[in-house]
Amino acid sequence: MRIHCPYCGERGNDEFSYLGDASVVRPDASAPNAEDAFYAFAYERRNVAGPTQELWYHAAGCHAWLVVTRDTRTHEISDVKPAQDVALARQSPVSTAS
Amino acid sequence: MLNSDRYSIFSVLAEALRGQTGWKPVWRQAAPKPSYDIVIVGGGGHGLATAYYLAKRYGNANIAVVEKGWIGSGNVGRNTTIVRSNYLLPGNIPFYETSMKLWEGLEQDLNYNAMVSQRGVLNLFHSDGQRDAYARRGNAMRLHGVDSELLDLDAVRKMYPWLNYENARFPIKGALIQRRGGTVRHDAVAWGYARGADRLGVDIIENAEVTGFRIENGKIGGVETTRGFIGANKVGLAVAGNSSRAAALAGLTLPIESHVLQAFVSEGIKPFIDGVVTFGAGHFYISQSDKGGLVFGGDIDGYNSYAQRGNLPVVEDVLEGGMALMPRIGRVRLLRSWGGIMDMSMDGSPIIDRTPIDGLYFNGGWCYGGFKATPASGLCFAHLLARDEPHEVAKAYRLDRFRTGHMIDEKGMGNQPNLH
Amino acid sequence: MTQSQTSRVTGLGLVDRTKPLDFTFDGVPYTGYAGDTLASALLANGVRLVGRSFKYHRPRGILTAGSEEPNALVELRSGERREPNTRATVAELFDGLDAKSQNRFPSLSLDLLAVNGLLSPVFSAGFYYKTFMWPAAFWEKLYEPIIRRAAGLGRAANEPDPDTYDKANAFCDVLIVGSGPAGLMAALSAARAGARVIVVDESFAFGGRLLSDARTVGGMSGVEWVDAAVAELSAFPKVRLMSRTTIFGAYDTGTYGAVERIADHVAVPAAGEPRQRLWHIVAKQTVIAQGAMERPIVFGNNDRPGVMLASAVRSYINRFGVAPGQTAVVFSNNDDAANTIDDLVRAGVTVAALVDTRPALAPQIKSKARKHGIRVFEGAAISDAIGGQRVTGARIVAAYGTSQSVACDLIAVSGGFNPNLQVTTHLGGRQQWEENLAAFVPGTLPKWMTVAGSANGSFSLASCLGEGTQAGAAAAAAIGFEASSIAIPKADDELTGVSAFWHVESAKHKAFVDQQNDVTAADVRLAEREGFRSVEHLKRYTTLGMATDQGKTSNVNGLAMLAELTKKSIPATGTTSARPPYTPVSLGVLAGEHREKHFKPTRLTPSHDWAKERGAVFVEAGMWLRAQYFPKPGENDWLTTVNREVKTVRSGVGVCDVSTLGKIEVHGTDAGKFLDRVYINMMSTLGVGKARYGMMLREDGVAMDDGTAARFANDRYFITTTTANAIKVLQHLELCRQWHWPDLDVQIFPVSDQWAQYSIAGPRARDLLAKIVDAPFDISNAAFAYMAVAEISVLGGIKARIYRLSFSGELAYEIAVPARHGDLLMRKLMSEGEEFGAIPYGTEALGVMRIEKGHVGGSELNGTTTAADLGLGKMASTKKDFIGRVLAQRPGLVDPSRPRLIGFKPVDKAVRLRSGAHFIGKDDRPTAANDQGYMTSVAYSPMLGHWIGLGLLSRGDARVGEILTATDPVRGETTLVEVVPAAFYDAEGARLRV
Repeated sequence: MRIHCPYCGERGNDEFSYLGDASVVRPDASAPNAEDAFYAFAYERRNVAGPTQELWYHAAGCHAWLVVTRDTRTHEISDVKPAQDVALARQSPVSTAS
Repeated sequence: MLNSDRYSIFSVLAEALRGQTGWKPVWRQAAPKPSYDIVIVGGGGHGLATAYYLAKRYGNANIAVVEKGWIGSGNVGRNTTIVRSNYLLPGNIPFYETSMKLWEGLEQDLNYNAMVSQRGVLNLFHSDGQRDAYARRGNAMRLHGVDSELLDLDAVRKMYPWLNYENARFPIKGALIQRRGGTVRHDAVAWGYARGADRLGVDIIENAEVTGFRIENGKIGGVETTRGFIGANKVGLAVAGNSSRAAALAGLTLPIESHVLQAFVSEGIKPFIDGVVTFGAGHFYISQSDKGGLVFGGDIDGYNSYAQRGNLPVVEDVLEGGMALMPRIGRVRLLRSWGGIMDMSMDGSPIIDRTPIDGLYFNGGWCYGGFKATPASGLCFAHLLARDEPHEVAKAYRLDRFRTGHMIDEKGMGNQPNLH
Repeated sequence: MTQSQTSRVTGLGLVDRTKPLDFTFDGVPYTGYAGDTLASALLANGVRLVGRSFKYHRPRGILTAGSEEPNALVELRSGERREPNTRATVAELFDGLDAKSQNRFPSLSLDLLAVNGLLSPVFSAGFYYKTFMWPAAFWEKLYEPIIRRAAGLGRAANEPDPDTYDKANAFCDVLIVGSGPAGLMAALSAARAGARVIVVDESFAFGGRLLSDARTVGGMSGVEWVDAAVAELSAFPKVRLMSRTTIFGAYDTGTYGAVERIADHVAVPAAGEPRQRLWHIVAKQTVIAQGAMERPIVFGNNDRPGVMLASAVRSYINRFGVAPGQTAVVFSNNDDAANTIDDLVRAGVTVAALVDTRPALAPQIKSKARKHGIRVFEGAAISDAIGGQRVTGARIVAAYGTSQSVACDLIAVSGGFNPNLQVTTHLGGRQQWEENLAAFVPGTLPKWMTVAGSANGSFSLASCLGEGTQAGAAAAAAIGFEASSIAIPKADDELTGVSAFWHVESAKHKAFVDQQNDVTAADVRLAEREGFRSVEHLKRYTTLGMATDQGKTSNVNGLAMLAELTKKSIPATGTTSARPPYTPVSLGVLAGEHREKHFKPTRLTPSHDWAKERGAVFVEAGMWLRAQYFPKPGENDWLTTVNREVKTVRSGVGVCDVSTLGKIEVHGTDAGKFLDRVYINMMSTLGVGKARYGMMLREDGVAMDDGTAARFANDRYFITTTTANAIKVLQHLELCRQWHWPDLDVQIFPVSDQWAQYSIAGPRARDLLAKIVDAPFDISNAAFAYMAVAEISVLGGIKARIYRLSFSGELAYEIAVPARHGDLLMRKLMSEGEEFGAIPYGTEALGVMRIEKGHVGGSELNGTTTAADLGLGKMASTKKDFIGRVLAQRPGLVDPSRPRLIGFKPVDKAVRLRSGAHFIGKDDRPTAANDQGYMTSVAYSPMLGHWIGLGLLSRGDARVGEILTATDPVRGETTLVEVVPAAFYDAEGARLRV
């Protein structure tokens, strides 16, 4: 399996390490339901059979975290974005990252 | 005439004389009835064992096992066949030891030879720290009454004189051995339980994929399948690998990810590996089958997958471990590699519990330790389904343990499934 | 010697008769030619009996001429290079080759285990599931040893593989798998369009079936055309032609695994040359042109030596110049097999009969047979081969049921062709049944893959050439290369009719479906009767298709027979999944160079050579080799040395290499805020020029790592991690920075390898360092107090950092210099320290001193302990959020009965403690119910004169003074221990502040 790192180009998946579902976002610890939210964030996974967004880290390359859109049934990768861009866009959805 | 439905050397000889024409199907090809007391989803090892023990020990045979393909098509027929109970934590040891004891009597219980072979599981260690960790584990096992021995280097050499001792990157220092551990012919486990359950009246329904659950007022009423609706008072899920997909049909989200684990077998060669050997400085474990193939495996690929196949980096990683430990296998050839989908739970340990839906029960999260657990998993799930309370040795396997902070984390890797 | 090759045919074949090669088989010397395989050379010498089957030990010969061979398996080479199960049909002959038959005792012609054949009524499929159950203990003691003695075919070498293997990567626009007519045309059209092309072929020669069939292409002989095509391809700079290379697996994103056999065709690899090379080939487009494999027909005694696939017969005649028999019968269900007649006649073989299952043959075929005086049996079959160790005749059953025997020593059989689609299905692609062809053809394919020629079910030569051309052009076009139109060379006409026929019902003898695994037609019937009606169940129950050929000659026959029995169609019956590897791959090549000593890289610290000179004993610490202790002459055990090292540090001064620590720069205006969120304690309040101990949790509230954070400027921190967690912590920090808090102004740089770092510890540490640091830096306690840090220079201008940190509990500093100066610094510290008695100390002494101080190490930071478990709960700030804070509050993690870190000493001071021992009440029985915790770390304390330990004990911090039993059954020890505070030495920390 090969992943197109936006910084380094296409590389074998052995250069990357995997974290998992990118749809779970670290909750606000000061929110009243923080314990539930953190439980869901840390443990509950939709574990989709199909296209899913997930976090990969280019460990043997540029050390960028990436949001990779990949189909878990076929391993086909349709999109790769720097995680920081995705995270910034998430924080301020109006001014999307370039 | 001799009853060929009772397997023995006598029935085999009698059938030899009449051209093997008297054997009956190992299990009936049952058609679904409108309803059952209990429907078990998943005709793998765990589902079939559950049905068998429900019928045999809990006296309830009004059961159907529904399987989307052919029985045993999942991980029961895709693993490296190892059985052992060399666990560390009190939540796990009694359960896996229960399984070990069931393995020890399985063939006589089922009247089916699954070739349970207790030729020992040897875990090599390569550092002082690893030795101490294995001592802790071995002592925990002994406190639970489970056999375990710490071997020094000389004792390991005596057992396996041809391992790489002289030219190793991480020299072998000794090993923890569980002599009662070993291997079992994997497919035969599914067939043996299927036959046992079938003879007690359980309906095994193949090619019936569950497409939904009928849930009314928070209570289960049955399952929708590709072969029609089947009513049930209770439904038990035993579909590890696909647990999340099945649970999603009931609106549940689980602390589980699906990952691919590859396994490997070499061409058949004259046996020279007696028991199971695991490398302590890499991901590699190996045994040799009664057919002569070296059966081995390593780490999961590390990314979520439902594809039942993996990629080359892990193949190479596994063989690097193999050639680090036993360089004499260099000219032996790999015959076949394959992949299975593992229910990787968030702490590396399984779940056998009720769900928030009344009458819906869950069995899964086996990570890559599901095969050895098959008998106890079946027994404990049967107990839960029959009695509505957890079996004594499976009490720790609660679904809510992550919420309460009672994780059973053997490896200490935390909430990252691909590291367990 | 060449006269011995009695079956060699003059004037035929591509072997080089000017290069005779000597070889032995079972010790008997023979001669063959360059260009032979072991199989062709054996046949040239009239050898037919080559092996014994797995279960019944039946005599077996050579069935095929390719990599699908199920029978002719030998042990090739001997000693440390012994290769079991080598297919004689693909083993290239070399001078001095020695091969042995396998799975026979005492000899190939007299195999006593052939008695198993007599017991075959008992040894039916799956019989072992039904017996050997009583008594239970007999399985391991009696039954299984007997079974295991009979298991396997060849023997693995007893010694480590002496050859080397390597790995390489290749990238191309178009990968062509197979170099037959379709593959070569695909390569030509892709190459002419300008694409970067790789062509691989498993054989040692390009050309595929054109080497084995006497055909005409573009007005030339097939072989001439191949030579011309290969010459043209070789001239393209962007084309790579790889023979002796097998694509064994298709993986994601157009990645393929391939093995190149560099030195399997010579006795021993040349010096410096690997035996084989693993290629990772990455292709944008792939054309699969792997041709098709002929399948046998299942009839009685169809495994006898002398029964051979018709296409293999042609290979031996046309490619190798060998007549595999003297009198042949051809048995088929298709038009292709009739081509064999011409070749047989040309090779001087008498053709006794053409037996075809079809009721009416094409007139061309019949007239050809008539021309050669060959009897034709239409609508007929061979029910049984006659003969034992070789075929002596065939029993032919005619359409109307009568039977007659025909004398022959060769039966050329063809049941039609199976396209080679294994590689197309590795990624989950499906095959589909094509009734007209009686074959599976490609169904769904990965989008970057096409299939051409026979592999696509287009069996005629003309269609191979045409489809190859088309596929090559289309592949090039798919990635933007414009294809010029290419003239497709003309091929001679041929017939390709086939009518499905699987097995002969009237067989009297055992009829084998899977020859190597001895699976018979009766076994298939039995499996069906017992309910094994899924094709996967059939395979697993009977072992059909699980031999070294992975069912290449048996799977389709088996599933077709199952379909007949279950009265289902072949498509409804389905196929088993092909899995990598396509053909067996040596385990050594998959490991490459990463074996034995080179299993993993070895990391050495900058002053490693110095430590080696000094006589250090090294220990593996992850990838690192670290100095464990430094024995002096006369010190005969490690404990003596370590005791001396500890005492010297605690009374004088010692130096320890701590370069392996993880080191990370954290910069930016938000660096303090960032560190506050990843450590449980505050780091933003740390003063410039100061360091602070810190602990990080995982998000699940469990301790992850500890280390120090130093602040060199408002926006510039430097943190350390434990050696073990250096990579993990970096990855975690990058996740926090990039994903959790992308808006913070923080930059992270790993600098672990940039700095060599040394701990200088002991009462004389300052005296020593004073000689090293450059003026005007003031190292006095007043100017540079405990936990101070500074950027300085040492040894006359070498940039350095100095940290007043102590792991040992003594007055201590850590000093870091750029890695290239590490060796110099270490040597200087030793020479300058001579007057203070300075010594180097290793990781053992370091560990002893940390246990004396009660500091946590790797065995306490084991991934299941919380900060509170480790006695560090009070460090956690309540004023901020940090990773792990919320989930650390879960009931299971704040339960007061959790094991807490505490110290232990033996009641009897002479007794040693053991890490891994469990704690039970003093008078308790050793049971799980009484288990209260376990010892994590132990050391002999030379300062206290007895063993000490750290452990995790339920409510341990509240139990100081209790006497417990430390039970260690795996080492047979039981020790009374007293619970004591974890800090054993200088608990108030006076020594480190002086």
